[in-house]
Amino acid sequence: MNTESAAQDYPLSENYHDRLRTPSGIPFDEITLEAVLDGRIQMDDLRVTAEALELQARVAEACARPQLAENFRRAAELVDVPQERLLEIYRALRPGRATKVGLLEIAEELETRWRAVRCANFVRDAANACQSKA
Amino acid sequence: MAAGKSASSSKRVQSRAMREINNDSFIYEWPEAGLTLFHSPYDPDPQIKIENGRITEMDGVHERDFDWIDQFIARYSINIPAAQESMAMDSLSIARMLVDITTTREQVVKVFSGLTPAKIMDVVDHLNVVEMMMALQKMRARKTPANQAHVTNRRENPVLLAADAAEANERGFAELETTVGVPRNAPLNALAILIGSQTGRGAALTQCAVEEALELRLALLGLTTYAETLSVYGTERAFSDGDDTPWSKAFLASAYASRGIKVRFTSGSGSEALMGHAEKKSMIYLETRCLMVIKGAGSQGVQNGSISCIALPESLPGGVRAVLAENLIATLLDLELASGNDAMASHSQIRKSAKLMLQFLPGTDFIFSGYSVMPREDNLFGGGNFDSDDLDDYSVLQRDMQTDGGLRPVREDVILDVRRRAAKAIQSVFQVLGLPAITDAEVEAAVIARSSSDMPARDAVADLKAADEFLSRRLNALDVTRALARHGFRDIAEKILSVQRLRVSGDYLQTAAVLRPGGAVSSAVNDSNDYLGPGTGYHLTPARAEEIANLPQAAEPRQMGTETGPASVDFLQEIGESLPGNDPREIVIALGPAFGTELKSTLLGIPHNKVLLALIEGIETEGGKARVAKIYATSDCGFIGHAGARLSGSGVAIGLQSKGTTVIHHRDLEPLNNLELFPQAPGLTLDSYRVIGRNAAKYAKGEPVLPVPIQIDNMARLKYIVRTTVLHLRETNQVRSDKPPQEIRVIKGRMAEAGRETSE
Repeated sequence: MNTESAAQDYPLSENYHDRLRTPSGIPFDEITLEAVLDGRIQMDDLRVTAEALELQARVAEACARPQLAENFRRAAELVDVPQERLLEIYRALRPGRATKVGLLEIAEELETRWRAVRCANFVRDAANACQSKA
Repeated sequence: MAAGKSASSSKRVQSRAMREINNDSFIYEWPEAGLTLFHSPYDPDPQIKIENGRITEMDGVHERDFDWIDQFIARYSINIPAAQESMAMDSLSIARMLVDITTTREQVVKVFSGLTPAKIMDVVDHLNVVEMMMALQKMRARKTPANQAHVTNRRENPVLLAADAAEANERGFAELETTVGVPRNAPLNALAILIGSQTGRGAALTQCAVEEALELRLALLGLTTYAETLSVYGTERAFSDGDDTPWSKAFLASAYASRGIKVRFTSGSGSEALMGHAEKKSMIYLETRCLMVIKGAGSQGVQNGSISCIALPESLPGGVRAVLAENLIATLLDLELASGNDAMASHSQIRKSAKLMLQFLPGTDFIFSGYSVMPREDNLFGGGNFDSDDLDDYSVLQRDMQTDGGLRPVREDVILDVRRRAAKAIQSVFQVLGLPAITDAEVEAAVIARSSSDMPARDAVADLKAADEFLSRRLNALDVTRALARHGFRDIAEKILSVQRLRVSGDYLQTAAVLRPGGAVSSAVNDSNDYLGPGTGYHLTPARAEEIANLPQAAEPRQMGTETGPASVDFLQEIGESLPGNDPREIVIALGPAFGTELKSTLLGIPHNKVLLALIEGIETEGGKARVAKIYATSDCGFIGHAGARLSGSGVAIGLQSKGTTVIHHRDLEPLNNLELFPQAPGLTLDSYRVIGRNAAKYAKGEPVLPVPIQIDNMARLKYIVRTTVLHLRETNQVRSDKPPQEIRVIKGRMAEAGRETSE
């Protein structure tokens, strides 16, 4: 879907459902109560994917919401980062927790280990902004 | 506050001092402490300098002196290509665009994307509250307004939480927020709200406000779908005291989004002053900085409107206007707006309601960022400006104004059904998942409870242990779904699953997303506000207008006065035309045309036979002779009385309308003059009618008369005007202008019989 037509595909659950999949690859339309009762769908299947977040980013762009789109794209980079690590990074970004070097190391980890380039640059920006005066 | 002043000598001043409004605090402005709303003398003038596509100066500050907030706004919030043009526009011209019906929402958003905080404040300060309301009507992101509920109780009783959540959902709340007294209770509280949120007619998103690690965990278990506890502040020191930076909060927002959780930030005027870090700036300047940080962080929305600080701006001149201004600024920045009205804002009901109108009439994405659906004492968010006891008032306000406040009035039987179903559903889930048993007595108590004090005690230690185990056993929303589906709650299971599915698509991450009944997502993307003056934007559909109009307590006027009771025994017999008499002791009681036939009792519900009996008794006490006639030519009390007087041997008559209004008349007076008139029918009791009968007989004898005592009730007109109108109409419909007065034989036996049956 291109940016211009993105808003027409929204809500994806109604207008794009045949192309959506769970993180484990199960087609969106196969998420049914029967499948849940049979144990074919587990809680881990019901997570947003990087692909869906990218589609939502395009919808946001089509609605002239660049910052919201950027947030969705950062989020898309984070879907595979474990929850505990996410919270550790969050805590490191809080005031006075990490040194500039510490934050730059986190940025490096985001970029190389998780291919989270946008998030890495965001953390680098935070390192420069918050540490330059500390 | 009145405190500190000497006792007043004026009794009226003393009386006013007791009024609720004088428990509110009012102070003069003090800019150095941040206690001013707009344009502190220390606020900067709007200005921007862009060099090589980078903002190097903003609102008088060079980039080398930027604090965190300036840096973040300059880097992420301002649309640099638009900034040059937007900042060059005159503030007043921009202000006029907000109320101009030929300027679209998109055009306004574009202009504001290039403005600095000081400029935005300057623009908005040009508007008065009516203009701000017009602007808000155009600028809110979602076309259809909605509402959020707070659902908690002091004892953290899960059965009551589920029942309250279900009722909230049935009433139309699109989001349900709970929190905890004891943090360990969070999983069970979230579970209870989840079940309730899908039991009513609607489909609500849910939240459990706790610290972020636990909040994230609950969402991953599928127990919640959104979070709004991401607070930001307008000065660096306040931000730091809040233990965050713009970057940490923005990263957290992305982390939530990566888990498919809807996020809304929180800000509000007054927080910096309260924390002692306002840096001499005005509240709205600082709040604008907050909102721009929120925008730059990529949040879809915000809850603001001072929130928990509301009484602080309200203590200052223009505080309520300023809170509306900050709501408006959120929408100008294209953010979803949950517009406060949650924390206690005033002791005065008048002031509270007046303040609410500023968000209620224009409509916002969520008019309340937490309407307390339980009584105040059960609200763990610290109050609840409007609560369960105010729900009927709220429904009436929607009906009065024909305004969609996001709620629907619901009949009691429907409420009881939906509460029982949710209580039984959670009972079943607790049983299947091996959580502490919920008894049938608890279910029934939750159905009818006003507050948690009506609930049987639970073993709180066992519930806490079960909440811990819920997490350690890794139970989740699908376990709940399976338990419900297998134990007679398939419909609730289907609805819970449909919300879980949406986490995969991410649809409710978009701006101002809510779920419509049936589970479809509606947001600023597919329900965008297109208001451009009269005839555009949101309108009540005929079905929604009818829903709002149909208050459970509304009566059918066509039925009024047709209620049949024991007094419906016929006790009047018409025996031919009534002719003038000549007995000087004779008093004619002239009845209105519906008396005892079409209508059976007075406005107050006194049976007609008893009224007639009391008048006759009174006349006879004074040695008078009562004769009864029915007047068909008119329904007017004066004319009925005068027609009776012309038949009366003494020349004195009592005119009696069916609704109970009574006159003592004399044939020598003009029809609309009289000897005594008793227009306050609500004040007339059987004793009054006896005295009226006695007075009439005394007039006939030419004796001095003491006026009939009547109760004075200033609310009588308010209470009875509708019934008066309907009863009078029903009497008027019986008028036969060509039918002469009819002589009436009173069937005393039947009357006594009826009188006994209806005696108190």
